[in-house]
Amino acid sequence: MLAIACIKQVPDTTQVQIDPETNTLVREGIPFIVNPYDTHALEESLRMHDQFGMRSIALSMGPPNTEATLRKACALGVDEAILLSDRCFGGADTLATSNVLATAIDRLAQEEELGIVFCGKQTIDGDTAQVGPGIASRLGLQQLTLVDKIEHLDLEKKTIRVRRKLEGRHEIVEAPLPVMITTVRELNRPRYPTVPMRLAARDVEVRTWDNATLQIDPETVGLKGSPTWVCKIFSPERDQGEIIGDGVNDPDGTADLLIDKLLSKDLLAL
Amino acid sequence: MTSSKIIILLLFSASGLAFVWSLYRRLSLVQLGQGKGRFDRFGERFGNMLLYAFGQKKVLARPYGVNHAIFFWACLFLVAVNLEFVLAGIFPALHLSHLPDALYVPIRLGSDLFSFLTLGAVAAALVRRTFFPLYPEARNIEGYFIVIIIAVHMLAYFGINATEIAQGQERASAWMPISLFASGFIKGASPAELASLHSLFWWVHAVALLVIFNYLIPFSKHLHVITAIGNCFFRDLDKPNTQPRETFEIGADFGADSVAKLSWKDLFDSFACTECGRCEEACPAHHTGKKLSPRQLIHDIKQNLLANREAIKNGQEPPLPLIGENGEGSCSEESIWDCTTCGACLQACPVFIEHPLKTVKLRRHLVQEKSSFPEELLNLFENSEQRFNPWGIPPSDRGKWCQPFGDRTFDAEQNEYLFFVGCAGAFDNRSKHVTAAVAMIMEAAGVTWGILDKDELCCGDSLRRLGNEYVFDQLAAKNVALFKERGVKKIVTQCPHCFTTLANDYRQYGLDIEVIHHSELIEKLLAENKLTLPQQKKQGKMLFHDSCYLGRHNDNFDAPRQVLKQATGSSLLEFGRNRENGFCCGAGGGRMWMEELSGTRINRERVQEALQQKPETICTACPYCMTMLGDGLKDEGAGEVKVKDIAEVVAEALEGQA
Ligand code: SF4
Ligand code: SF4
Repeated sequence: MLAIACIKQVPDTTQVQIDPETNTLVREGIPFIVNPYDTHALEESLRMHDQFGMRSIALSMGPPNTEATLRKACALGVDEAILLSDRCFGGADTLATSNVLATAIDRLAQEEELGIVFCGKQTIDGDTAQVGPGIASRLGLQQLTLVDKIEHLDLEKKTIRVRRKLEGRHEIVEAPLPVMITTVRELNRPRYPTVPMRLAARDVEVRTWDNATLQIDPETVGLKGSPTWVCKIFSPERDQGEIIGDGVNDPDGTADLLIDKLLSKDLLAL
Repeated sequence: MTSSKIIILLLFSASGLAFVWSLYRRLSLVQLGQGKGRFDRFGERFGNMLLYAFGQKKVLARPYGVNHAIFFWACLFLVAVNLEFVLAGIFPALHLSHLPDALYVPIRLGSDLFSFLTLGAVAAALVRRTFFPLYPEARNIEGYFIVIIIAVHMLAYFGINATEIAQGQERASAWMPISLFASGFIKGASPAELASLHSLFWWVHAVALLVIFNYLIPFSKHLHVITAIGNCFFRDLDKPNTQPRETFEIGADFGADSVAKLSWKDLFDSFACTECGRCEEACPAHHTGKKLSPRQLIHDIKQNLLANREAIKNGQEPPLPLIGENGEGSCSEESIWDCTTCGACLQACPVFIEHPLKTVKLRRHLVQEKSSFPEELLNLFENSEQRFNPWGIPPSDRGKWCQPFGDRTFDAEQNEYLFFVGCAGAFDNRSKHVTAAVAMIMEAAGVTWGILDKDELCCGDSLRRLGNEYVFDQLAAKNVALFKERGVKKIVTQCPHCFTTLANDYRQYGLDIEVIHHSELIEKLLAENKLTLPQQKKQGKMLFHDSCYLGRHNDNFDAPRQVLKQATGSSLLEFGRNRENGFCCGAGGGRMWMEELSGTRINRERVQEALQQKPETICTACPYCMTMLGDGLKDEGAGEVKVKDIAEVVAEALEGQA
């Protein structure tokens, strides 16, 4: 049974700056990282492997350099890593992206029964939280979003019970397999790769599927298949903050100032 | 030859052979370890051996060491005398009495006095072991046994001499005060009684000797009488806290989880340990109630080697794991993570055992092969790999502190020094003030400097001491390549951790240029009059805390003190445990990034010690010490005491100039 983790290589957004002139992201020299939420998706698919003997697969759509991210997944121990890469996939919005990912998952499911698809709850560059649900609706999978705990998995009966982390409450949900789960940070603590695994991952073959393999209608992928596009990126104007006191040399005095300030704005109820 | 002589001959020959054989068997176990012998710089090594083993220099560094030195020197003398005892027992022609008086009398006198001194040392050892042991387990049977056997051996020796004197056979009796005194007790005995007394004492003396040579030396910690000499010869002549590199190849071992993956020297160390407990007493982790004891670590390695030797020889899985909760012979993970790599144990050990090196090897295994480490280190590891600093702050912020100084990108043509700011200096709000002070001092002294800004990577000190050699290796290689690419000739650091890593560890990566810590640079600038302080700034009572990585690991004790004295014009307060014996702040060895969950807190202990001196300011030359002491002062409710870096004190003295 398959436990597939969909992961995305994103620019380290803490390091990305916006060019105020062109209103675009300055990406030069910015390192790529695995979308942090996806690391939890990946970890959970590895746990499915460790605990239930499922086959863990890391799947990523992106330019050829995404291979680096998939190699990291190999160093963590996935059974297989597949890169979905084709020129025509470029510039995709969430609709087109979920199309490619769903097609690839469907293809994998032809050969082996699909159990769970894990996606991070959202990416730190797009923040849409749509790709996971997009995959689920295309493939007709049950959607379990914002999962922070897998309560029970019964491979005999093919059911799963999870806990969803919602605003101020939790929800326990049960569903029949196959399911799509989006993961939040609290779900698990991602493992750290061992050196022998890192070294082995250098030589592992990362399979690439292009559109010749996937055979998707080119009109439904990439820029062409994307009904939404980003017109402008900018940093919102905000009122200048204020530095009060001298926290380094007079932390106590500064704390007093801060409390007075909060009280005066009625932000601190006593 | 009479039958009794034949028995003696056989007995002693057998004993001699058994001694050599058992020594060989035990010491050849070190061959199960890795690496090559240390025979380079032979002269220096030989000198070390004379000074530290035969001269007992480090043993004598502690008051009670005198007693050991007496034992040692007396034993050296008595070994020679005992050789005569054995030989003359078999071949009477070899008896010392055949020597002329000029030689014979002094030897007899010496033996008498040394034996008596040894008895005194035995008494002192018994009292100490019973009433003031360095650690409670020192009151063990073996410990008492050896002292008592030595006492028996000495008493029997006096017994033999006394009977010989009573028999009128000792021509030097007038020069043997103790033996002569003892002979008074058996004066009235008949010749037959004297003869049987003589043979009784002779046999007691002989049996004690056999026990010492055939049991105590080869099979107990008293093997150290031989191995300690070797250890003084084989000691690491360089910086013992610079770990060896690892090669990252498939199939290689990363770190050690078995004695067979330690070095032969690590194993030899375990046989050289005298279990004196000095390391444990000096250890900040042990002192504050953590699980770690460096003495126990060395002991466990020995016990593990003894328990696993057959399996290892036969290429089988060792039955007793080196890392785990299996009691004696196995090191618990918790204790492995307790170490601050402060080096107090290295300093205290009279026989140069290299403890933290072993700890780091065990950590390397845990991190690199098992991914098993305290939770809070995950962030450190990920941040160091992804954003090249422990906090995971964007590298673009690295140069922010420098804004008031304008663009200071390093330029080999214009700048004498690369200022390697370090992560604390670049990102920690408190330490940024120190960074600015160092920059200001260089400006005032006309020293040209530049920074690598966002391209500087963490030096990797914490990673290396924590056993994450893989990521350290990447950072080190990239930093060194960057220094070369930018044409860097001289580097100044403001952090002892950056300093030791660049100056010592990066040598392994081919970095062979001047690296200087800011304390030394400032001292030099003051001495050369390039930096003049217009006003000495009185700072009230000031206490200086030695950073382990500046002081103990790099022998820089005087520069920061000198700088402070010149900047303030007043003398400094000193900790009781200072300089070589300084007590760690608790942050070294990557402990900066870890919780301190067991025992009391190391930084609070150090701060309590500081407060006894009632200082107004505690001075440091290390950003980690600064954080730890600052936190400790708050915890102790002594927030009014300031913590300052030496550079800040100098900058304050400079301020009048501007
Ligand atoms: S290096 Fe320091 S903390 Fe570590 S064992 Fe030695 S004395 Fe203890
Ligand atoms: S390691 Fe050194 S200091 Fe520690 S007990 Fe052994 S001999 Fe003594």
